[in-house]
Amino acid sequence: MKRHIIKLVLVLTILGFTATNIFAQEMIQIKGSDTLINLVQKLSEVYMEKHPGEYIAITGGGSGTGIAALINGQCDIANASRDIKEKEVAQARERNVDPKSVVIAIDGLSVIVNKSNKTDKLTVGQIGQIFRGEIRNWKDVGGQDSPITLYGRQSNSGTYIFFMEEVLKGDYSNKMNHMNGNAQIVEGVKHDATGIGYVGVGYVKEVKGINILKVASAPNGYYSSPLNTQDVKSGKYPISRTLNQYVNGSPKGKVKAFIDFELSAEGQKIVEEEGFFPVSNIELHSK
Amino acid sequence: MKNLKERSIHGLFLLNGIFVVTVLLGIFFLLVFTAIPAFREIKLTEFLFSADWNPTSYYKASYGIVAMIVSTFMVTIGALIIAVPIGIGTAAYLSDVASPGVREIAKPVIEILAGIPSVVIGFLGIVLVGPFLAKLFGLNNGLNALNGAILLAVMALPTIISLSEDALKSVPTTYQQASLALGASHWQTLIRIKIPAALSGILAAVMLGMGRAIGETMTVLMATGCAPAMPGSFFDSVRTMTSTIAIELGEVPYNTTHYYALFGIALTLFIITFSINMVSDIILHKQQRLTK
Repeated sequence: MKRHIIKLVLVLTILGFTATNIFAQEMIQIKGSDTLINLVQKLSEVYMEKHPGEYIAITGGGSGTGIAALINGQCDIANASRDIKEKEVAQARERNVDPKSVVIAIDGLSVIVNKSNKTDKLTVGQIGQIFRGEIRNWKDVGGQDSPITLYGRQSNSGTYIFFMEEVLKGDYSNKMNHMNGNAQIVEGVKHDATGIGYVGVGYVKEVKGINILKVASAPNGYYSSPLNTQDVKSGKYPISRTLNQYVNGSPKGKVKAFIDFELSAEGQKIVEEEGFFPVSNIELHSK
Repeated sequence: MKNLKERSIHGLFLLNGIFVVTVLLGIFFLLVFTAIPAFREIKLTEFLFSADWNPTSYYKASYGIVAMIVSTFMVTIGALIIAVPIGIGTAAYLSDVASPGVREIAKPVIEILAGIPSVVIGFLGIVLVGPFLAKLFGLNNGLNALNGAILLAVMALPTIISLSEDALKSVPTTYQQASLALGASHWQTLIRIKIPAALSGILAAVMLGMGRAIGETMTVLMATGCAPAMPGSFFDSVRTMTSTIAIELGEVPYNTTHYYALFGIALTLFIITFSINMVSDIILHKQQRLTK
C-alpha cells in the first residue's frame, strides 16, 4: 500500500513538473482559417521538433473567428484565407491592435464535383451562376440531366467570403448546404453524384471519389487546373488566392521566429507537401 | 452549538438556491438587454415573419427567423414522432415485462446512451445515417431534416425511457392487482390501466425529451446541411436556431446589429424551451398530486 502511495506521489510530481513547464512557457496561440489549419499544424510540429521548449497551440473556427480573436487579444497569430475587412481593421484600431499580414502560401481554390459527373470544366461565370442558384441543372452547363446540389462553407469561413466576393459577386443560393469545414465539403461531394463544392487545393490532392474542375475566366479562355503549379503561380488559374497570417504589429520574438521559419525554404517545402503553393519567387497577381 | 451548525447548513442551502435562481434571471436579462438593440435597425415584423436570414449578404443584410423556427420544430417534432413510441414501449417493457436480470443490464446501457457526446452522434449522422437515408429514399444526399430528427430521437430516448419508466413504476400496485383480479390479462392491464394512470408522467418525460432535442446544437449543425432556405419537406436541408447561433456567433463583430440579432434568436429559443419546461413541470405536479 505504502509503495503504491509513493509511486502515486512520484507520478504526480513528474506530471506536475511537466505541466508547470508547459504553462511556464509562453505558448504561441494561433487561431482561424480551417483551410490553413492542417498546414500550420504541420509547420508547427516540425518547428517544435527543431526548437524543443517552444509550444504552439493551433485552433480552427474560420478566418473570421481568428481575426476576431486577434482583435480581442485572444491569439498571437490569426490564420486567414481572405483579406482582413476594413470594418475589422477599424475594430482592431479601436482596441489598439495593429493588424499586419504575412502571406505564407498560395492556394488554388478548387471546385470539385463527384467522380461520376461528366462535367470537367466550367467558367468562373458559370460557377457564379451555379452557386447563386441561377443554373440548377447540370445539363445547362453541358453535363448530365440532374439537379445541382450545392456544398459551401459556413459564413465564418474566409473561403465563404472570398468565393462570394470574387466568384459570385452576389448572394449564395439559399439552398446551399453550409458545411462545417473543407473536409466535410469533400465528404459531401464524394457521396453526392449531383454535388459541387469549393475547397482549398490542399484538401483535394490524392482524394478519391471526386473530380477537380478546370476553370477559365471566360468561355473562350484557357481552362486550367488548380493542380497545375505553373498556372496557379502565374495567375492563369483564375481563382487563386493568398493564405495569410495576421499579427499585431510587426512580429517580434517567438512569433517572428516562427513566421521566419514558415517563410524559410524548409517551411515552404512543407507548404508544397501539404498541397498548397509556396510564396517564394512568386509574382503575386493583385486582386 | 448544534443549532448553529444546523442553521449554517440551512443558510448554505438557501444561498445555493438563490444562486441558481440569480443565474437564471441573469441569463434572461442578459438575453433581453442584448437582444433589444437589434430592433433599432431590424423591424420586429421582419424578424418574426420573414423567412430570409442572410446577415453577411453581398447586397443587403436580412434578418428573418421564420425558416429557422420551422426547421427547429421540424427536427424536434420529427424526433418525437420517432422517439415517443420507441421510448414508451421500452419503458413499458422495462417496468412490466423484462426479467430483473435483463432490466439490470438494459437500464444502465440506456443511460450510457445519454452520455454519448453530441459531436459523435453528429459524425455518425454524416458518415452513417446520411448515406443510408440517401440510398433508402433515392436522394442525392442525406443531409436533411429527417437525418437530424433521427439523431435527435436517439438523443432524446434516454430521457423519455428513464422518466416514463419511473412514471409507470409509481402507479400504485393496487391498480394492477385490482385489474388482474377482475380477469384482465397482463397486456390489458398495461395498456388500459397502467399507461393511462401514468400518462401525465409520461407526458412530462416526452416534454423533457423535447427540451433536450430542441436545444441540441452540434448534431443538427453537422447532419442537416444547414441551408438557410425555408424547408419544404423532411428531405430538405434545414438550419435550426441553435446551429445558426453556433455558426455565426464565433465570427460576428461585437455590438453590431448582426450580433444583437443572434441574441434575439437566443431569446426566442429561451422563451420556447422555458415554456416547454414550464408546461412539463405543471403536468408533473399534477401527476404527483394524483398519485398521492
